[in-house]
Amino acid sequence: MADTRVSLCGIELDNPVIPASGTFGFGYEFSEWYDINILGSISLKGTTKDPRFGNPTPRIAECASGMLNAVGLQNPGVDKVISEEIPKLQKCYRKGVMANISGFSVEEYVDVSKKFDAVPCVSFLEINISCPNVHGGGMSFGTSPESAYAVTKAVKAVTHKPVIVKLSPNVTSITDMAKACEQGGADGISLINTFLGMRIDLRTRRPVLKNNTGGLSGPCIFPLALRMVCDVSRSVRIPVVGMGGIMTAEDVLEMMMAGATAVEVGAANLTDPCACKKIIEDLPEAMDKYGIGSLSELSRGFSLWEKT
Amino acid sequence: MEQVRFEIIKNERLTESVFEMKLQGSMQDLPEPGQFVNIALDGHFLRRPISVCHAEPGLLTLIYKVVGSGTEQMASFTRGQQLDVLCGLGHGYDLSKAADRPLLIGGGVGVPPLYYLCEKLLEAGKDVTVILGFNSKSEIFYEKEFKALGAQVLVTTVDGSYGIRGFVTDAMKDLDYSFFYTCGPMPMLKAVYRCTNTSGEFSFEERMGCGFGACMGCSCKTVSGTKRICREGPVLTKEEIIWQTQE
Repeated sequence: MADTRVSLCGIELDNPVIPASGTFGFGYEFSEWYDINILGSISLKGTTKDPRFGNPTPRIAECASGMLNAVGLQNPGVDKVISEEIPKLQKCYRKGVMANISGFSVEEYVDVSKKFDAVPCVSFLEINISCPNVHGGGMSFGTSPESAYAVTKAVKAVTHKPVIVKLSPNVTSITDMAKACEQGGADGISLINTFLGMRIDLRTRRPVLKNNTGGLSGPCIFPLALRMVCDVSRSVRIPVVGMGGIMTAEDVLEMMMAGATAVEVGAANLTDPCACKKIIEDLPEAMDKYGIGSLSELSRGFSLWEKT
Repeated sequence: MEQVRFEIIKNERLTESVFEMKLQGSMQDLPEPGQFVNIALDGHFLRRPISVCHAEPGLLTLIYKVVGSGTEQMASFTRGQQLDVLCGLGHGYDLSKAADRPLLIGGGVGVPPLYYLCEKLLEAGKDVTVILGFNSKSEIFYEKEFKALGAQVLVTTVDGSYGIRGFVTDAMKDLDYSFFYTCGPMPMLKAVYRCTNTSGEFSFEERMGCGFGACMGCSCKTVSGTKRICREGPVLTKEEIIWQTQE
C-alpha cells in the first residue's frame, strides 16, 4: 500500500495535499462538498491586521489554461478570523491549519503572527511576502532579499511555530529570496504565488480587471512553478512547499520529485470544488503506477541531467 | 450545492443570440428561483454561471445569451452531450416577501430567472404582473410562455417595434404592486431602483471565479456588509444595495 504520509517542519501530515490560501476560503465552505478532514492541512485565506474589502470588481479574468485574480487580500481582519472564522472551521475540521499572513509593515506581520501563535489549531504560519503593495524601502517585501530577511527574522522572534515564507515568482532570482528567508530563520519556503499578468477587453479598450493587472494561476503556470521549486529546493536546506497549477495526482508527484516536501493546490479548487479530494484519492494509484512506495523518499530518486 | 452530470436533451435558438438548453439529470435538491448553475466547458478554465429558468425533478431549463467564446461553445452543443454542472448556487429570491400583487421586471437575458420565480409565485396564488424589456421585436423571447403560466405580461421595446415603446420603467409607472423582483443589465436595475418607492429584490451579475464562495472574486459592498454575489447574492434587497460598488 502506497504511503502518502509526509513530515513538514516536523509535523506529520496524512498526505502532502494542502489547499492554497485564497482558493479555499476559511475551509468550512468546502465541507459542504466533502469531508475536508481528508486534507493534509489547509492554508487559510490571507489575513491582515485590519479588515480589507480588497480591490474593485471585476477581479477575475480568464485566460488559456488559467485565470487572473486581483482580489486584493479581502479578509475580515485577524481578530475576526480568530473569533469567528476559525471556530466555524473547527466544527468540521480536526487537524492543524496553516495561517496565511500578509502585512503592510514588519510590525503588522509581527502583530498578526503573535495572534495566530496563540491559536492552538494553527500548526504553521505561512508568511505571504508576495503582496505588491507593502512598503519596504519603496520595494515590496517579496522582491527584496533584505526585507524578506527582515520580516522573517521579526516573525521568528515572536513564535515557536514553524514559519513558512511564501515567495513571489515576480523576481530576478527566487533562489536569492529563498536563501534570504532561510538566513532569517525560516523553517520552510512555499512557492510560488501568482505571476503578474493582464487581459484587455477589446470592446471596451480597457483592462478586464479594474485593478489593471492580476495574478496568473492555473495549469498554465505549472512548468514555471516546477522549475522554481526544483531550483529553490537545491538552494536551501529547509523544506519547500511546492505550488502553482497543480491539477492532478501526477502533478503532485512531479512537484515532489522536483524537491517539494508537500504541495498546495490553488486554482483547481475554483474550477472543481472536489479537486483536492480527487487528487488525494488518485494519489495511491498514481504512486503504484510509477513504483513509488513512499512520498517522503520521492525526491531522492530524482536527478537532473548532467549538462555538457 | 451539488455537482451533477446532466445530459443535454435540447439546445435551441430562441432569438439570434439567445438559446434555450434543457438538461436531464438527477438532482438531490431542486434549485430555487434566483439561484444559478455553473457549467464546466472543455477548453475553458473557469465555469460559466447561468441562471435557472425552470427546474423540476430530473430536469433543468437554462436560457443563455452568446456573449463570448464560452457561450459560443455552449451554443454548439448537441442533444446527448454530457455536462458537468454545479447546481443550486447562490441565494435566490425571497418568495415570502411577494405579498398579493408582485411585479416581475426582466430585461433581455435577465428574463429567464423570473420565469421560474413566476411559476412559483403563481403556484402560491399570487396575482403576478410581468414586464419584459427588450431592445426590439426580434429579441423577444418567452412572452408566450409567461402568458401560458397565467401572468399578466407587458412587453416593452426600446425601438417601439413591439408592445410599449421605451424601457421597462415606462411600463412600471402606472402599475400598482406590492413588491417587485428584477433581473437585467445594470443600467436597467439602476433605473428600476430610481423609479419606485416599493420594496424589491435585485439580481446582480459579476465576473466570478468559483461561483460557490471560495475565491472572493465577486464581492460587493452592501449596507449589511461585504457580500459575495455568488454566495450571499446574486439577489440583494433594494435596501442593502450600495450602487457605486456594483458599477
